[in-house]
Amino acid sequence: MMAIIPATWDMYDMLQAVIQAPTYHLIFEALLIILIVKLVFSKAYAPDKTILTEKEKDELIEEWKPEPLVPDTPDDHPLLRSMENNIITGRPDKIMTINGKSVINMASMNFLGMLGDESIEVAAQKALSKYGVGSCGPRGFYGTMDVHLELEDRLAKFMQAEEAILYSYGFATIASAIPAYSKRGDVIFVDEGVCFAIQKGLVASRSVIKYFKHNDMADLERLCLEQQKEDKKLPKKAKVTRRFLVVEGLYAKHGDICPLPKLVELKWKYKLRIFIEESFSFGVLGDNGRGVTEHFNIKLDEVDLVAACLENAVGGAGGFCCGKKYIVDHQRLSGLGYCFSASLPPMLASGAIQSLNIIENDQSLFSRLHQKSEKIHKELSKIEGMRVMGDKVAPIKHLSLAEPSDDRSLDNRTIEKITQEASQAFGALAILILLWECLNFAMERGLALTPARYLEHEEHQLPPPSIRIAVNVKLTEDEIAKCMDIIADSCHAVLGKS
Amino acid sequence: MVALMNGKNGSVPLNGKMNGMHNKTNGFSKNGSVHKSHTTIDEGWKKDYWESFEETPLLAAIFTYICYGLVVLIGHIRDFMNNMGLLKVNTSLEPRIPGFVPLFSTWESFYTRHVFRRVSDVLCKPVGGVPAARMDLVYRETHDYGWTYELNKDRIDTVLNMGSYNYLGFSENKGPCKDNAARVTKDYGISTFGSRQELGILDIHKQLDDLVAEFLGVEAAITVPMGFATNSMNMPCLVSKGCLILSDELNHASLVLGSRLTGATIKTFKHNNMQSLEKRLRDAVIHGKPRTHRPWKKILIVVEGVYSMEGSIVKLPEIIRLKKLYKAYLYLDEAHSIGAMGPRGRGVVDYFGLDPKEIDIMMGTFTKSFGSAGGYIGGSKRLINHLRVNSHVSVYAPTMPPPIAQQVITSMTIIMGKDGTNEGKKRIQQLKWNCRYFRRNLHERGYIIYGNKDSPVVPLLLFMPTKLAAFSRECVRRGLGVVVVGFPATPITKTRARFCLSAAHTKADIDEALKIIEEVGDLIRLRYSKMPVPSFSEKDIELVE
Repeated sequence: MMAIIPATWDMYDMLQAVIQAPTYHLIFEALLIILIVKLVFSKAYAPDKTILTEKEKDELIEEWKPEPLVPDTPDDHPLLRSMENNIITGRPDKIMTINGKSVINMASMNFLGMLGDESIEVAAQKALSKYGVGSCGPRGFYGTMDVHLELEDRLAKFMQAEEAILYSYGFATIASAIPAYSKRGDVIFVDEGVCFAIQKGLVASRSVIKYFKHNDMADLERLCLEQQKEDKKLPKKAKVTRRFLVVEGLYAKHGDICPLPKLVELKWKYKLRIFIEESFSFGVLGDNGRGVTEHFNIKLDEVDLVAACLENAVGGAGGFCCGKKYIVDHQRLSGLGYCFSASLPPMLASGAIQSLNIIENDQSLFSRLHQKSEKIHKELSKIEGMRVMGDKVAPIKHLSLAEPSDDRSLDNRTIEKITQEASQAFGALAILILLWECLNFAMERGLALTPARYLEHEEHQLPPPSIRIAVNVKLTEDEIAKCMDIIADSCHAVLGKS
Repeated sequence: MVALMNGKNGSVPLNGKMNGMHNKTNGFSKNGSVHKSHTTIDEGWKKDYWESFEETPLLAAIFTYICYGLVVLIGHIRDFMNNMGLLKVNTSLEPRIPGFVPLFSTWESFYTRHVFRRVSDVLCKPVGGVPAARMDLVYRETHDYGWTYELNKDRIDTVLNMGSYNYLGFSENKGPCKDNAARVTKDYGISTFGSRQELGILDIHKQLDDLVAEFLGVEAAITVPMGFATNSMNMPCLVSKGCLILSDELNHASLVLGSRLTGATIKTFKHNNMQSLEKRLRDAVIHGKPRTHRPWKKILIVVEGVYSMEGSIVKLPEIIRLKKLYKAYLYLDEAHSIGAMGPRGRGVVDYFGLDPKEIDIMMGTFTKSFGSAGGYIGGSKRLINHLRVNSHVSVYAPTMPPPIAQQVITSMTIIMGKDGTNEGKKRIQQLKWNCRYFRRNLHERGYIIYGNKDSPVVPLLLFMPTKLAAFSRECVRRGLGVVVVGFPATPITKTRARFCLSAAHTKADIDEALKIIEEVGDLIRLRYSKMPVPSFSEKDIELVE
């Protein structure tokens, strides 16, 4: 009771206060109370939660019209026509038959001429009679043949790495390797000019992607410094954020070489893990064909991972990654394209082993390749109105119009010339059509070339349209001279018309 | 839980009830809101559709968790001792480089070191010959408890092969397939060096594309040198941001990756559960995109024909009905079913007797039934034209190596009976007979077997990780090569062994396998099943002589 009495006294005081309060104050208080009550009972803000009846639902389903699965591609689309019309009979060797016509092949990336080599075929045939064609399983489930292990071993030895891991498809190699290490929240610094396989790997990793300008080390350093500043702000996050640097040894889209010494320097300075995609430099650069690390005389240990495909220089199929054992082995459980795909057909692995034998035994192979590439580079540079992109030792050359964007008259003339559906399909890519004309011209004169094809809407950065010329070490001086004449003639003929 | 202990379980043949065989506790639970559809459908297929997923016995589940707990505990003790310097540090471990963030997450690395390494000997066993009905395993030994292996090429163990995906037995090193591949190797070499759009198409590729289209019964087809890439590199050309992908929860990694690369919204539905799919579809069409409620651009249902870990067969007739009702598109991955299913070997479409044109995207691989490598996509001319022009594969990746393409052509010709023999028919019937016979016998012996009665993939549940290792080791020792799969590839309590049947297996082979399985099964106590023996048998399958 004692506790209640003061409370009643308080109540009495309050009552007194209410009676004595001015009217306007009371009205104000009452309004406030009404407002609170209204707020309490009013519905929380939410988008309209109407409940539809079954009939309405069915009507909605009836009404919905999805987009067609794919847009219509007419049968006479220029790309389709070009694919239909350029079918190779027999092997795409140095000299190949295309539509019944025998031509010199400067389109296939058969840099070391491995396709023409009989000993590789013999090795493949031998494996065929032992293993059959397919491996019938992923590596984990009886898809590991002894030849796979041998090839991995040989590749590791050749690259002077601790371990190598074999993939069954070149594209899947780097595209699986990147997401195996880099996860959500990690940071990847990438050159703008990287190939499509890397770009897909980046998307799959869901990491933070920071592109720097192609081969621009100052720009990379700027991004690294930015990252460093950010890390200082959030030291806890920085402690678990892995940083990667992904570059190509020899850029497929540009034909130039990455400045590896500088990249390695930045790697140690900013604690990045450097992955190099060497599809075009493996079996190409360096005195023994070990790629860009050998080219710059840098130990493989300085680089964290090297990935390359066996589809270019080696002349087989598949791809591989190599590096330190603890890094590479991780892919055996985490590389999607490794774990969940059937392994490389054993006969192709045997062929690749034989290719390695050839590469290791032929001392002068690479100097010959470099010499021929340089010669072709020199010859191509002479062609008026055209520009050769890339490094002179690179066996892929991109030949594009000297200044495509400035030459308006050229564009207008070309657009007039091409048919309507072609312009619909390509729009601004009239230059490509012009290059195609060059190619057709060259084809008629006995030289097969190909444009460098890209998916225009999906590439991060689109290089200028170009003709891609691949150097084959087996081309003789005469053949090179003939090819260069044909290329020069075709360019002059097509460009000279204006 | 009492029901669990009593082994009361819903593995009954389906007759009209759509989800009858799924029990509430085994992850395939019945979905609450079943919507009655308005169209009448032919339910005939359900009469012959029998699948079972017996649930994990409680005791087995408890012991499995204890097993994993123990392995993890010991792992931590080892790590502790390692840190104290009491154990020899293995060189395969990641070194600490000052300033660098560790490359691997702690748990991932822990799992590899302490769980996976212990059973690493049962995986990646090297094969030294053709993976046919019998294969040669090259002996390998480890001197450091599974960190590294050394091959001993002098010791070869020949085992009965129930691990390779060699459904129709075309993995051969002699016969017409090999001869043709050898001829093509001689004529074409082993590489093509160019993508489709960069002068990479040989006449053999055109021949293959046309043959695949004919085989599938579709207007056109495109072939890709890698099965995994067929999904991951083509799906982004079909759907994009603003579209919805409805994906079965147990879809293969390549489909998951492909879906992720599209940029579309991905939702999963319960494995092979049509109520779950219908609910998702209905919600998607009615409510549209989340937040904005604008309608989806398009909806793509992604399913597999035969699920390689469950042995289940997709309920295709029902999916086609739903897809039509809700105007969705259907992507069917027939990696494990093409060649292996159906009276003519043309996959699940053939198995259910449906028209292939009802499926928008028919995808499959050549690795399994055709004994080759690569994959295809088949469909309307419009679809294939689009892919030829816009697919990542046709622009950026080389075409199929010629001998690989030839292997598909030869084996497909045989399956179609175009070679003038009934070899193809014989293999198809033999595989069917083998599946039923093997499955019936396993059921009779009281093992828990997953999947459809006609599926060539036969998972046998082992539950405990210790049994996983023991089963594989003991089977191989007795001359049977099997695949065992555990966490993380399966749920933690659903560790299993998987047998893949082949037309190359004879009755004697299968009897031999059954004998070994029985022996090992009794040794490690695998007779978990409490359900009655199902009534199907192999008797109604006629073998072709």
